[in-house]
Amino acid sequence: MDAKLLVTIILYGPLLGAIVAGLFGKRLGALVSMSVTTGFLMLSAVLSWVVFSQWTWGGLEPFTITYAPFIQVGKFVSNWSFRLDGLSAVMLVVVTTVSSLVHLYSWGYMAEDDGKPRFFGYLSLFTFAMLSLISAADFMQLFFGWEGVGLASYLLIGFWHHKPTANAAAIKAFVVNRVGDFGFALGIMTVFWSLGSIQFAQIFPLVAGHANDAWNFAGHSFRLMDLACALLFVGAMGKSAQFFLHTWLPDAMEGPTPVSALIHAATMVTAGVYMVCLLSPMFEYAPVAKHIVVVIGAITALFAATVGLVQNDIKRVIAYSTCSQLGYMFMAAGVGAYQASMFHLFTHAFFKALLFLGAGSVIHAMAHEQDMRRYGNLAKYLPVTFVVMTIGTIAITGLGIPGLGGFAGFYSKDSIIQAAYSAGHAGDPIGYFAFVMGVFVAGLTAFYSWRVAFFTFNGHARWTSQDLEHHWHNRDHDHGDQAHDDHAHAAESHSEPDTGDHGGEHVHLPHESPWTMRLPLILLSIGAIASGFVFAGKFIGEQHLEFWKGAIFTAANNHVLAEVEAPLWIAQAPLIVSVLGLLFAAWMYIVKEGIGARWAAAQGPVYLFLYNKWFFDELYEATFVKGAKLLGDLFWKGGDQKLIDGLGPDGVSAVSIQVGKGAGRLQTGFLYHYAFVMLLGVAAILSYALWAWNA
Amino acid sequence: MPILSLITYAPILGVAGILALRLFGKADDPKTVNAAKWIALIATLATLALSVLLVVQFNPSDSGFQFVEDTPWFAGLHYRMGVDGISVLFVLLTAFLMPICIAASWKAIEKRVLEYMIAFLLLESLVIGVFCALDIVLFYIFFEFGLVPMFLIIGIWGGARRVYAAFKFFLYTLLGSVLMLAAILAMIGISHTSSIPELMAYHFAPGVQTWLFLAFFASFAVKMPMWPVHTWLPDAHVEAPTAGSVILAGILLKMGGYGFLRFSLPMFPQASHYFTPLVFALSVIAVVYTSLVAFRQTDIKKLIAYSSVAHMGFVTMGIFSGNAVGEQGAIFQMLSHGVISGALFLCVGVVYDRMHTREIAFYGGLVTRMPWYAATFMLFTMGNVGLPGTSGFVGEILTMTGAYGVSTWTAIVAATGVIFSAVYALSLYRRVVFGTITNTKLADITDLDWREVAIFAPLIAATLILGVQPGLVMNLTQASVDHLVSAYQAAIGG
Repeated sequence: MDAKLLVTIILYGPLLGAIVAGLFGKRLGALVSMSVTTGFLMLSAVLSWVVFSQWTWGGLEPFTITYAPFIQVGKFVSNWSFRLDGLSAVMLVVVTTVSSLVHLYSWGYMAEDDGKPRFFGYLSLFTFAMLSLISAADFMQLFFGWEGVGLASYLLIGFWHHKPTANAAAIKAFVVNRVGDFGFALGIMTVFWSLGSIQFAQIFPLVAGHANDAWNFAGHSFRLMDLACALLFVGAMGKSAQFFLHTWLPDAMEGPTPVSALIHAATMVTAGVYMVCLLSPMFEYAPVAKHIVVVIGAITALFAATVGLVQNDIKRVIAYSTCSQLGYMFMAAGVGAYQASMFHLFTHAFFKALLFLGAGSVIHAMAHEQDMRRYGNLAKYLPVTFVVMTIGTIAITGLGIPGLGGFAGFYSKDSIIQAAYSAGHAGDPIGYFAFVMGVFVAGLTAFYSWRVAFFTFNGHARWTSQDLEHHWHNRDHDHGDQAHDDHAHAAESHSEPDTGDHGGEHVHLPHESPWTMRLPLILLSIGAIASGFVFAGKFIGEQHLEFWKGAIFTAANNHVLAEVEAPLWIAQAPLIVSVLGLLFAAWMYIVKEGIGARWAAAQGPVYLFLYNKWFFDELYEATFVKGAKLLGDLFWKGGDQKLIDGLGPDGVSAVSIQVGKGAGRLQTGFLYHYAFVMLLGVAAILSYALWAWNA
Repeated sequence: MPILSLITYAPILGVAGILALRLFGKADDPKTVNAAKWIALIATLATLALSVLLVVQFNPSDSGFQFVEDTPWFAGLHYRMGVDGISVLFVLLTAFLMPICIAASWKAIEKRVLEYMIAFLLLESLVIGVFCALDIVLFYIFFEFGLVPMFLIIGIWGGARRVYAAFKFFLYTLLGSVLMLAAILAMIGISHTSSIPELMAYHFAPGVQTWLFLAFFASFAVKMPMWPVHTWLPDAHVEAPTAGSVILAGILLKMGGYGFLRFSLPMFPQASHYFTPLVFALSVIAVVYTSLVAFRQTDIKKLIAYSSVAHMGFVTMGIFSGNAVGEQGAIFQMLSHGVISGALFLCVGVVYDRMHTREIAFYGGLVTRMPWYAATFMLFTMGNVGLPGTSGFVGEILTMTGAYGVSTWTAIVAATGVIFSAVYALSLYRRVVFGTITNTKLADITDLDWREVAIFAPLIAATLILGVQPGLVMNLTQASVDHLVSAYQAAIGG
């Protein structure tokens, strides 16, 4: 089939599924809604792989389809379109693969929820928005997808809308993203007024000629391209949860775990990285903006990894891990290794979705307990989950044998660290900075990732079967107020199949998840193992020019992707720190089990600083949230009520009473008195009408 | 066929019908009341049909006035009507919202129903007259008399503090109008014409322009309303019945923006240009200030009213940017705001009709009992925060972009509005709709009924269709906007 038809089906299929499930889900029932949405997603995923393989091996050329006009005013022209190039081809498979597997996984994970049609509708809506984002040919459709995924994220984080924490987290995610979009929108306006278009195909050829133009913004003169790219990057910081705008991502874990895997790990949060790579023709002419990208990326990688070291909620550790890995991707893009950035985005999607869904499988088994301090020794009960989580952990920590191969992260993360070194070698000191940070954080990554694995699956069980039973009981109770009819049913489905009674002898044990959840885990494991060595040559190796086909632009002096001569320890450094991290985690959580709890109990200042996430939430609460409330009250009660109304209408009424008392002086001839009388006259007529009609 | 007069006075036929009913029946007879409602609905629907016909026949590539009617009136004045791409849109918006208002009042209004329907029909007639008038005196008459039915709607069918709110509304708007009347008389004296097209072509001396501009500005700024003359609006909204709020936000506020486009920019271009910094400053203050105030409100309606002021800040900013992007954005924003904020007030009305309170704290957890209501309210909340895909986005991004071309500072400050709107709108939604029902009075609250679904359906369709196909509207306005912009730019030497 024609690739143009295929991508159209890929894009609009999920929208159709979302509409069916969202509007008619109640009438059609959960099963139909789930089947329709999952079916469309499977179709999209299969077709995406068809398109992707045609792209990679079949010589498919880039194209853009224009479906319909969107906003068109003068030069401000945008269309509903589909832009297929190397970047969108990669994103197509990432988005539809993870999304379809998450749809399938949710059959099992959400089995007991009564909001299934809504949930699957949201998931499909998200997928549509994400696909619009990656296939945009201009800034407006990009922005549409950008905020569309934000909406879906908001709806899904707050999916359990009876939970106050979920609602708060949903709003936080939306608002913090809006802060990013504030910069994004200003970046778009800057591009529009400087280059006279918002179409990528029209903007990119103009960049070289105008990059050094002086541009006046907020009273200062800037280098045009640095300003535009820096503003656009603020948007990327919001969406990809980078330092300063990261606070929403850990809280987003309030959403159901499949959502965390799809939106807050594999796809949406990578949109910022994708945007920077897509705009490589602009960023390559914006050296200052690129440095900002590197520094923010590096700080985020470090910050999130340090916080991840000490968190106890399994999902939060993985969330901080995502934040940190996104930092890596930005480091890569900032030093000019967009290909490596996209490669890490690609491999990360598989292993991070795997880790999240694996964590979901554990959480599912442990009666929605997310605190790892109440896990332990679960390998015995959850063998499949244990194996796939271990695969994911090997993949993220970048273990491998140099010269022979390894799992996905081994290729992509090493390529980033190498590129950073190359950039430094080429004379950009920021490159060395990124290199040092990259290596150091790789060690932290290994520690926190293995900590999750060992803390969860090894050591002694820190839970009892009563815990699980008690937990189920509470949970049923929570749901009880919503649907009493479902109560009995829900309680039943949680119990072991072999015993029907809820007597004292009944023993709750963690149980492996159903096949709908295991199958996605296994498929993602394949990706986590193989996506690195299969695609390294295409993404970053000798074939990268044929693979990207011009979608990524690299300036003539940018050779960071090329191998540079470096001491052996440079190449081995990431692996060495990664093994050290592994050994330390093993020592702490297997050999000297319990030492972590003792250290935590000591409440040292470093521990508290990290445990409280560098106190960002407290800082923002004290400044922005409090400040907004204070100003709001001041403007309302002080400004509107006292100042404006006091001097204005209420004041006038008071004066009119005074004037009324001195009616004898009406003949003074002053103009304003006549005007005032006129006013009173009309007011009197209307008052009479009011009085008469109200009577 | 004088279609404009037909549209303008079609609602009056409804008034006549209701008066006839009153003559032959008892005012409080349920049959009479019911018949009056149906007459009003049919009259407004007929007006809508005629307006659609008008738009269909309208030639969008012609930037001038079309369907012009011109007959001598009295004292040298002319009865002149006509529409261009801008005004035809507002005629359609008015005709579109009116049947919705009648339907929304179907059950909510229990006393003096006949008079209520008459007031609405008169209001519709006068407002359409405002948008069609091509004679400045005729315009003034429609503009001022439009106040009276609105005043009565608030003052008679409003809430507890209705009289205070009605007078506040009246004082503010009349004060502006007196100045405008003086300016109109001066303009006629100077130019010896009262024809709007001729006045648009007349070049007033720059010094004169300044005074005329300020006089008109006083009136339009109050109507918009712009900061700091906005405080009448929250009170008026809170006290007005639901349909009154819909019209107030949906149409009456637009008369200010329309005035800027029809008078200030074309007739006083130099003065408009001179005062642009002032307007920009007031606009962005409105965006930030009223957004923060909205955030702190405890009354649902007041919150939405304040958010209206913030959204109107985008409109004035777009209008005074003086470029096509900004003007198109401003016009689109007015239309979109008419639909979305109208719908939000209807959303408030739904729960108010059931519970008779607008206290945010009273509610919470409605989603468990009212899923369709929750979905509807969510859609319009998203429209209010300007989510792309809804009509709310298009106006916001274009007005900001338009302002950026003139002043980056203005665009920067205005862009913070997209953050604030998310804060207040989403926290409102959360407090009213999400969570669990803790107030036992809400235990039996019912979801939307069919009448309410029928009211919301066209608004939902408009929000989404215009959100993805804004060209449907912009094609209509483009020629007139281009004409306006090129004349303005030529006048200010830009």
